[in-house]
Amino acid sequence: MTAPRLVSGPHTHSRFNVSRTMLAVMVCLTPATLFGLYQFGWPAVLLFGVTVAAAWAAEIACLALAGQPVARFATDGSALLTGWILALSLPPWAPWWVGVAGAGIAIVIGKHVFGGLGQNLFNPAMVARAMLLVALPVKMTAWVAPGPARAGALSFDQALGVTFGGGAPVDAVSGASVLSQIQSQLDAGLAMDQVLAGIGSFQDQFLGLVPGSLGETSALLLLLGGVALILMRVITVVIPLSVIGALYLAAAAAWALAPDRFPPPHYHLASGAVMFCAFFIATDYVTSPITGLGKMLYGVGIGLLIFVIRSWGAFPEGVAFAVLLMNACTPLIDDYVRPRIFGRTRAGKPLELGDRP
Amino acid sequence: MSPVPLFGRFDPARLFSFKGGVHPETRKHLSAERAIEDMPLPALLRVPLLQHVGAEAEPLVARGDTVLKGQLIGKASGPISANVHAPTSGQVIAVGPFPAPHPSGLPVTTVTIRPDGADRWGPRLAKPHVATAAPETLAAQVAEAGIVGLGGATFPASVKLNLRARYDLDTLIINAAECEPYLTCDDRLMRERADEVADGAGIMARALGVRRVIVAIESNKPLAIEAMTRHRHVLDHVLQIKTVPSQYPMGSEKHLVKTLTGKETPARALTAEMGVVVHNAATAHAVHLALRYGEPLISRVVTVSGRGVARPANLRVPIGTPVADVLAHCGGLVATPERLLLGGPMMGQPIQNPRVPVIKGTNGILALTAGEARDQRVMPCIRCGLCVQVCPMGLTPFELKARIDAGDLDGAARVGLLDCLQCGCCSFACPSNRPLVQTIQYAKGKLAERDSAQHQREEAKRLAAARTARLAAIAEAKRAAMAQRKAEMAAKKKRAGQATTETAAKAPIPPAPSAEAPKAPPAGAQPDVQPAAPTDAPTDVQPGAQPDAQLGAQLGALANAKAGAQVEARADAKADAREAVE
Repeated sequence: MTAPRLVSGPHTHSRFNVSRTMLAVMVCLTPATLFGLYQFGWPAVLLFGVTVAAAWAAEIACLALAGQPVARFATDGSALLTGWILALSLPPWAPWWVGVAGAGIAIVIGKHVFGGLGQNLFNPAMVARAMLLVALPVKMTAWVAPGPARAGALSFDQALGVTFGGGAPVDAVSGASVLSQIQSQLDAGLAMDQVLAGIGSFQDQFLGLVPGSLGETSALLLLLGGVALILMRVITVVIPLSVIGALYLAAAAAWALAPDRFPPPHYHLASGAVMFCAFFIATDYVTSPITGLGKMLYGVGIGLLIFVIRSWGAFPEGVAFAVLLMNACTPLIDDYVRPRIFGRTRAGKPLELGDRP
Repeated sequence: MSPVPLFGRFDPARLFSFKGGVHPETRKHLSAERAIEDMPLPALLRVPLLQHVGAEAEPLVARGDTVLKGQLIGKASGPISANVHAPTSGQVIAVGPFPAPHPSGLPVTTVTIRPDGADRWGPRLAKPHVATAAPETLAAQVAEAGIVGLGGATFPASVKLNLRARYDLDTLIINAAECEPYLTCDDRLMRERADEVADGAGIMARALGVRRVIVAIESNKPLAIEAMTRHRHVLDHVLQIKTVPSQYPMGSEKHLVKTLTGKETPARALTAEMGVVVHNAATAHAVHLALRYGEPLISRVVTVSGRGVARPANLRVPIGTPVADVLAHCGGLVATPERLLLGGPMMGQPIQNPRVPVIKGTNGILALTAGEARDQRVMPCIRCGLCVQVCPMGLTPFELKARIDAGDLDGAARVGLLDCLQCGCCSFACPSNRPLVQTIQYAKGKLAERDSAQHQREEAKRLAAARTARLAAIAEAKRAAMAQRKAEMAAKKKRAGQATTETAAKAPIPPAPSAEAPKAPPAGAQPDVQPAAPTDAPTDVQPGAQPDAQLGAQLGALANAKAGAQVEARADAKADAREAVE
């Protein structure tokens, strides 16, 4: 017999791998994605396809340039997922080049400049989103009213025109997402109850029948997908809970103090962007802390920052910036918040005999 | 985590185990229903004299000798060592180096016996009356029988039975968790020989003088639990049979103690310091055989399994049987195995040469096919944190690996490198298939090597400094002697000159001022020179007698001793880890 391979143990494996993780996330994103594609019609489908394809193309190009094994690394699904998440955060009728530029930024600057998978400090999709938001404030906030009645009525040919031609017809672009609407009307001096009366039902917001990013409108579907992710043990409950909890508590406190200036807390949660962030973006393995306590600090930080940016920032939506800021804190959190070593105190000293940790 | 008083009446083991761990596919069904059968004697037995942690046993037989079954052929040397006995009767055809059952394949002194087929017993060991014998007598008998930890750690069992002298012990835990996948030898032993295992546990409890004996069995062995429960009344003890969660590495000594008692063993401490001693179930059975029948440890139950084996089985194999013979007895290999292992798939050792023998610590022989073994393709770390979640020691394996890869061994040591148990949960769970525990093993070896090199350097420097000081002292002494002699000569001359004068009464005349005089130390300094040298050097080197050659020899000897100690220390560490995860 030939000599078997000499390697040290363990000689068995859990069979759980990177591609399966990525696949699980994509599966859980599918309901919200399909809903978004349905209600924003063909232009959204085209934009989604272009963005994901561009992300993958950029990944392959970068891997080839870096001399890494293209066939193996490009099929791990990470670039597809990045493109997917980015596409869901774009305005559904944005022209093709926004998607392509975003995908390029995400993969090249957000990921491969740092050294590729696992090496990036910031969430690639959020890097792209933030850059696009700063560089193209108008294109990135051109929302369309949802529903087959208006958006879905476009034929495929018309959709080609929207995505690859001259852009969205002016009359299709409705003003603002719910949060920007609240903010601008408050700025205009309207009272809170008047504002709330004007923005449609809370139920519509929660279900996603409002203008917004391609895949971020339906808080309900994103929540369901997120819960599925937790049940599949791809993510733990810590980050989503602390993001949502911190945001809710901060908003509730502000609302209790000044109900005329701050919307009720559940309006914050009804925006799909928060659910998307809490379950799918903030939980990105690469850019979030490792330990439970670290994750909690990180999640709370994101929740609070979202509230601060939404309430006082220049942008109506603060998710991207909140995530990026906390991404920057992740190495610090990981360095300070460590698991306790068995038989040692948190400080690293051996336990005393008879001590209970 | 301490049980809340409200839950006090519940069994803590059912509520808490330990943080981390994994649940690998056990695949115990392959061999769990195969009753233990006796392996027939092979054509040759190769019995290594180092099958345990510690010093190699001294051979008592030579080529051509005839031995009887159970005859002592290797005598324990030193405090940590174990006797080796002939597994059958026959003729010694060689005593010399043979590859050890270890991945390195390095040779150890091995006694090769050609069985005569008669399997004739020599005189049995003495059988003290267990119920009345002194604890020391029981422990001595266990030592006499060459019994070592049979969970794979192979630490001499008698040493652990003598801990009573040093620590205040109250609990003996019989480790029957058998958390490694595939292995079913302890399971079968308990199902078929529960009374004997229980009796062995009772004897060990007597030897240790403990009041409580717990038998810990993982929940995936219900029949073993049932059998042991039937035989829990033994000697003056009632064994507590406890079911522990099926979770790897439950067999780790410290984690088992934590699960059963809620007590966490401090880092770098022994469980004995908390009053708990852990022995393996198979060890208990060997103790029973030794004390009740006077049989030394000459065979053990081995699980032969894996999908690469035609007929998985549990066999009682004479120590020294070549692995190839055991595999052949099980119908041979059905395919070229991806891995051939001794031990379980989590911590087992791969072997290259199937002619190596089964030894006391061999609890399994596994032939894993490619489908069972792990994929070799490594992906980048995605910081998913799974390795941190599953680490039973609370370490951050991904970070350790990153630091080690960057050459930062000190940084890795600072974040817990040396606390690693090497159980392999991290590598098992890693979705990117990264060699985490393997890198940690490498780094531990590297660190030990570096520390030893540094120690040697420092020692050399110290000795060199001592030599310089000694030579300086000798030169100084010579100068002082010279000065004194000069002074004496001068005094003599003076005395000769003044011989006629009557003022000879003031005899001690201060030496005349000369070139050397100011440098000469006071006369009292001279005797000090000799003792000064020995306090510097560990062994006295007589000044003047070829100091260079002696120093060189001394350094060489020291380096050798150091290297030896290092190897031993490393073997210890490894055994610790193995013992930890029986």
